[in-house]
Order: sequence, then C-alpha cells, then structure tokens
Amino acid sequence: MSTPANKEVAVSLRNVTKTFGSVKANNNISMDIYHGEILSLLGENGSGKTTLMNMLAGIYAPDGGQIFVDGEEAVIRSPQDAFDYQIGMIHQHFKLVDVFSAAENIILGMPGKLKLDKKEILKDIRETVDRYGFEIDLNKKIYEMSVSEKQTVEIIKVLYRGAKILILDEPTAVLTPQETEKLFLVLRAMKDHGRTIVIITHKLQEVLELSDRVAVLRKGEYVGVVDTKDATESSLTEMMVGKKVELNIDRTDPVDVRDLVRIEHLTCLNKYGIKALDDVTFTIRGGEILGIAGIAGAGQKELLEAIAGLQKAEPGSSIMYRAIDNNDEIQLLGKDVNDIKNLGISLAFVPEDRLGMGLVGNMGMVGNMLLRSYNEGRGIFTREKEPRELAEEIRDKLEVSTPNVYTPVRKLSGGNVQKVLVGREISLAPRVLMTAYAVRGLDINTSYTIYNILSDEKKKGVGVVYVGEDLDVLVELCDRILVLCEGKVSGLVDARTTTKEQLGLLMTKYSGDHIAKIDVTKLMDDEGGI
Amino acid sequence: MKENKVRKEPLIKLSRREDIDRKHSWTYRALAIVAALILDAIIIMVTVHMNPLDIYETMFMGAFGTSRKVWITLKDLSLLLLISIALTPAYKMKFWNLGGEGQVLMGAWATAFCMLYLGDKLPHGVLLLVMFLAAIVVGAIWAMIPAVFKAKWGTNETLFTLMMNYVAIQLIAYFVIKWEVPKGSGHVGIINQSTQAGWLPYIGTNSYALIVILVAIVTVGMYVYLKYSKHGYEISVVGESQRTATYVGISVDKVIIRTLFLSGAICGFAGWLMVSGSGHTITTSIAGGMGFTGIMVSWLAQFNVIVMILCSLLIVFMGHGASEIATSFGLNEAFGDILTGIIIFFIIGVEFFIHYKVHTRKSGKEVA
Repeated sequence: MSTPANKEVAVSLRNVTKTFGSVKANNNISMDIYHGEILSLLGENGSGKTTLMNMLAGIYAPDGGQIFVDGEEAVIRSPQDAFDYQIGMIHQHFKLVDVFSAAENIILGMPGKLKLDKKEILKDIRETVDRYGFEIDLNKKIYEMSVSEKQTVEIIKVLYRGAKILILDEPTAVLTPQETEKLFLVLRAMKDHGRTIVIITHKLQEVLELSDRVAVLRKGEYVGVVDTKDATESSLTEMMVGKKVELNIDRTDPVDVRDLVRIEHLTCLNKYGIKALDDVTFTIRGGEILGIAGIAGAGQKELLEAIAGLQKAEPGSSIMYRAIDNNDEIQLLGKDVNDIKNLGISLAFVPEDRLGMGLVGNMGMVGNMLLRSYNEGRGIFTREKEPRELAEEIRDKLEVSTPNVYTPVRKLSGGNVQKVLVGREISLAPRVLMTAYAVRGLDINTSYTIYNILSDEKKKGVGVVYVGEDLDVLVELCDRILVLCEGKVSGLVDARTTTKEQLGLLMTKYSGDHIAKIDVTKLMDDEGGI
Repeated sequence: MKENKVRKEPLIKLSRREDIDRKHSWTYRALAIVAALILDAIIIMVTVHMNPLDIYETMFMGAFGTSRKVWITLKDLSLLLLISIALTPAYKMKFWNLGGEGQVLMGAWATAFCMLYLGDKLPHGVLLLVMFLAAIVVGAIWAMIPAVFKAKWGTNETLFTLMMNYVAIQLIAYFVIKWEVPKGSGHVGIINQSTQAGWLPYIGTNSYALIVILVAIVTVGMYVYLKYSKHGYEISVVGESQRTATYVGISVDKVIIRTLFLSGAICGFAGWLMVSGSGHTITTSIAGGMGFTGIMVSWLAQFNVIVMILCSLLIVFMGHGASEIATSFGLNEAFGDILTGIIIFFIIGVEFFIHYKVHTRKSGKEVA
C-alpha cells in the first residue's frame, strides 16, 4: 500500500545521541520518517524509544547529531519549537487541567483575543473533531472522563494546534481492546488526511495491525527498519531482543486445587471515602493462577492490600484463610501484617511500586532480604549471615546482574529489581503469592522468567494471584480471570475459553457509575486547590 | 514555514555522577580546604595587612596551644558531637528534628532543678543519678511531644520542633529570674559552689575527662545501634520509605516516637553534662547554639557517626581559633568569623562538585 521509496521525507534524524550521566540512551541514531505514514517505533523498555521522540518534541535536546524537518536543519529546544515545526507529542502521562472542560484544555495556552468567543472556538474545534471521526463531548470536564476520553482530548489538542506529525507514546497501554480499536480507526483517518503518525510501542500485534513500517531500537542503538508487510511477530522480537526468543507460556492443568482464601462481600473505601472495592466475592485457590483484569484503578491495589493486611475494610467484609493442615478457617480482616505472620500464614506480596513499597532502594540485596526477616532471632541485633546467603542464592538462581549483593538495588535495572523482589517473596515459601503488574517495564526475557516462576509456584500448590494489564498474557498464563470494574466484580471467567474482547467488555461493564460519585471539591483539595 | 532560528546550547550543563569513589571525593575535599586557606590568606593580606601564616598559627595555638586549651577543645568537641549524635537517628528516619537546642536546655533545666532543690537532701552519688534520669526524661519528653503529634495527626515536625526551642528558652528565662542569686542580678550564679553537690566528679584534677569518656561511650553505642541493631534497621527503613515499612509490618508511628524519645534523651544527657559537668549554672544560652550547629554537623557527616567526630573537631577548632586571633591581634571578633565562614563555605560547596559533573558548551568536557 505505502511504498516509502516514492514518499517525501518529513523528518530525518542524523547521528542523534543523548546520554544521561554514564548511560547512552540514544547512540548515533539515524532514521527517516515519511510524510503520511504510520511508523511504529518498537523496542523493549529502556531501549530509548521515548527519549528519541522526546528530542523531536522539544523535551530533551540532543547531545550530538542533527534533526532535519522537510530537509532543513531544525533546532528544537522546547515543545513550542516543536509546534513551530508542526510536531506534536501525546505523552503517556496526560497533561490536562482536571477542572477544565475538553474545549478549555484544547485552547489552553494558545494565542487568542482578550475575550474568548466560546461559540466560535467550539465550532472550530468541532470541525477538527468531525474530520477525523473522534467521539467526544467538548463540554465535559476532564475529571469526569475515562482514560480513553482524556487521551482523545490530548490528540485533538495536538491536531488543533496544527501538528502534521503526531507522536504517540504507548497510546494503548491504558486502553481496553475496544478503545484500542477506536483509536486505530481515528489514527487511520488521520493518515488518510495526510498526517504523519509515529507510535511508540512494545506490543507486537498492534504494530502489525496498524503501521506501515516498523523501526526497531535496542539498548539505545538503532537496529533497523522493516515494512510491516514483511514482518512477523517472531522476526520483530528477534530484532528487539537480538536473539531468538521462545514466546510460549507453559500452562499446565491445575492439580489438587483447594480453596485457600475466601473473600466475601469485601468493601473498602479509598482516602476520599469512595468505595474502591464494592462487595467483592471470590476465592483464591491453591494450585492455580487467578488473573485479575481491569482498567487502572479499578480496585486491584486495594484488593491485594486488603488481603495482605494493609487496607481497612468496611463492616460485613470477610477474608477467610483456610489452613492447609487442619482446614481451620481464620479471619484475616482486622489483622495487620505482623498478626498474619505470627499466625504462621505465609502471604507473599509483590506490590506494584517495587522500590517504593516492596524494597528499599538505597539498601543492597542483603538489606532488602532482611526486610522480611530482620525481626527473627533473639537479641537486639540483626543477623548478617542468613540474609547474605539468601541474597547470594537469589542472585545465582535468578541470574540477578549486580556488582555485588551490597550495591543499592535502585542502581539495578528494572528487571533485576523485580527479580530481587520476587526472589525474596518466593523464599518465604508462601501459601498465597500475590503479584501486581509483575512484568511492567521488564524486558521480554525477564518477563518470561517471571511467568515461569509463577507457573512453578502454582505447581507447588501455591495460590497465585496475578494482577495484569496485558490481556494477551492474562489469557495465556492464568487459569481463571476475575474482572474488576469500578471496584465491583464484573466477571469471573475461565482463561482457557475467554477472549480479549470479552475481557475488554467486562472491564468497562459499569463505566460511568463511578465517576458521578466523585466529589469535585475533594478532587480540588487533593490538587492543592486550583 | 518559518525561518530557522539559531539557538545555542546552554552554557553550562550539569549531570549527576553515578559512581563517586572515595579517593576522589577526599581529594576534592582536601583541595577545597587548601583553596579556602588561600582565599583567607588573600583576605588577611588585603584587609589587615598581616602575615596569614601568623594568623593560622595563632588559630592553631588557640585550640591546641596548652594542655588546658586542648582539654577545653576536647570538651566542646564532645558536647557538640553528643548533640549531633542525638539528632542523627531522627534525621536518618527523615524526621527533621530542629529542636535539639530546646531539648538540651530542658535537660539542663531538669539538672539545675535537682541540684537546687535536692542538693542538700541526697547523697552525692544518688543525686547525680537522679539528676541524670531527670535530664534524659525531660529532654525525651520535649522531643516526644512533636513526635506524637506527627505520628497521630501528621503535624509538620520541622516547625513544631523549632517552636519548642522558643518555649524552652522562655521557660528557662522564667526560672533564671526565679532562681537568681543575688536577687536582681539576672544570673543564677554557680550552683552549690561550696558543697559541689551534683557536680560531675573530676578525674584526678581534670574536670573534663569524664565528659570526654562518657561521650565516647555514647558515640560508640550510637554507631553500633544504628548499624547493627534491629531498631537501627527499622529507622533506616522508615527513613527510606514509610510505605515499605508498613508493607513489612513495621509500625511507623511506634518507630517515630521511640526514636525521638532516644534523640531527646541524648539531648537531655548533653544538658546534664553542660550543667553538672562544666557550667554548674543555668542560663538561656547554656546550649550555645550547639543544638543548631549539631544539625549542620550531622548533615555534613551524612549521618556517619565517625565522620561526625571530624566535623565537630573542625567546627570547634575554628571557633576557638577565631576568638584567639580576635584577642591576640586585637581584631574584631567578626574577622575570625569571616575566615572560618569561608572555610565552611568551601567545605560544604565542594560536595556539589563531588556529586555533579559540570560540562561547558565549548569543550563538552568536564570541568572540576
């Protein structure tokens, strides 16, 4: 369909280099972006995709090399400069004013007359919206919007400012399959109107579905570019990782399944007094992996923390643990972390915030091993030998790459940090292992290491809970999947028979219910008043 | 489209150094001191037309010239070190205890109170013990008040501890008037001068040796406590991340209150040493600002107990040297402060160059 050879070059990068301290985020990268194409910029986490595009968007300045826009050398030092070159970027974290409407956010910061003619502006924006087929209520306030609507506002904002080249950073990371489909329609419409689109991503199916060409980065280096029609999932993976990778998760059929934790009518409030969890009932079973799906903030965090003894619950809630040896049932609610530990119940928890909650960034592996065991043993002093041996064992078994076991873990790469955390939690010989976004930000190899660890724990009879965001992985890895929507259980499905689309529909089943409940004044309080 | 603007790279760029090796950082620090001494020398020659070497020698003699001067330096060093050590566990926990001055004063107050009211009622040994206990308990309470408020209601400890200093100063001012001898003098005078009741005993004829020994013990104790004890580990975890602490079942509130109890108790202990061991009186300025200087020492040493000894020595040495040159050369006291101020400025300033690299536009190379 699109043969780049006979197209005009919109942007070209020549020997662009960017370093942070001693890390070369981008090394000598030269590539071209053509007018009217959809280009995927593919690479693992930390390969330098976002850094490279941030230099086009004026967030960073390159340390070396040149950027040409339409053949002329361009110096882009601020987002305003980027707009002058008609380049706009939609970042992963939206930059919108919550209490403003969509239209107000779109025109924010643009030059205009002293008195704003709202009708005129709305008509103007409406024109852009209709041209590309967006679905949006321009008068809706941002705080009333779903993530996908906010993203739409960001895209319109960039288009309305006249961007001809749009860069989207991981646009589908926060979307359901249905929302992703809609986004792709809009992107294709934009392409048909002659816009150039770059999407930064690491999801292979989307690359193959949407883009015309794929450029691949690996560890800050430019690997190459291929036409999408000549690419396959495995060829792209090989380019990303540098070697052939087996992309199969070995899912065994559960054996000796037994109920471990019965959660009944669990209701929790968040700090605003709104129900983060609403009458949640399900059972964690030993010997299987229970996946938990849901859009971000659907109550996953509160659910895991409630089970771990970190979150208060409302009256009427119950979390019953069934002991393995005598089938006694123990109520876990109202007990804190130490109470649960003292009852001899081994709960392992790999939280979402690895360095801010699961580990101490400034301590080495040894100090972090002590976290779970420092209070053991007599006397007032901590032990030294056991945690060091454990740290060395984990380092060797999970191939943690670290100068030594005393190097602060914050200096390790994301994958190694996660191996330290997961390794420590597994060492507790848990009955229940809960993980939140266990592979977020990890490279492909480490992700599969983690999947294998979870599968191994399942085979040992552990009740594994896997909160995930990648629906493909959830469907392949888990035995059952619980879907949360607005703090309620919207479905509990068999992972072997369900589809991504079914999960996507369940994830948004009650959408809209929740938003009306948010008290605007509290929201403003939280932002320090606007 | 638009014309191509010519924009330049920023003149100076900073980047954080990833690995800082010890040898380098100590070389930088030594260079900073040399640079400070050179700048001081220039200032001396330009402003007062004297030989800087004479001035430096006099400064040195002021602190170490005679054995008596050495002991005074050691005593002051010990007291400053003790207060720095008292503040350190709180800082390691990221609790900004700025109330060291007040906690020391309250310990001193409790000590003086016992000396005045129990001086002739209790045997000497018992009296010392009662004074000691009173001082550490009162100091600890003074530190725990803001800690409890912080733990229970999330108040800002920086402001709270700072204000507690002024409450303490006003309380002492009231008691100084109440206890003044003779009436109207505004001074309490030497307490129990004839009986020496409640005075810390001399070792031989040396009145300060015991202070130095006691502080040395506390220093070692604190080093071990922070580095090897379960409490010390909890303090580190709470300081790094309260969420991590909660996640593993450490009670953050309990650790905050317990640590401030310890912090305040050691400050109270310092107050006891000041009244019972060296001053034998009470004034609103008996802590001499060491409650604040201690903050600087603790931070300058990056909470490393051993480095704190060096920092305290430096500050005490320069204080003594500054007043010595003021008296020997008839210079204004402020002149000594300028010289020492420059040295401290360089020592603190060099930390920036130890942690960051500076690149200039032209060379793209590293300077300093």
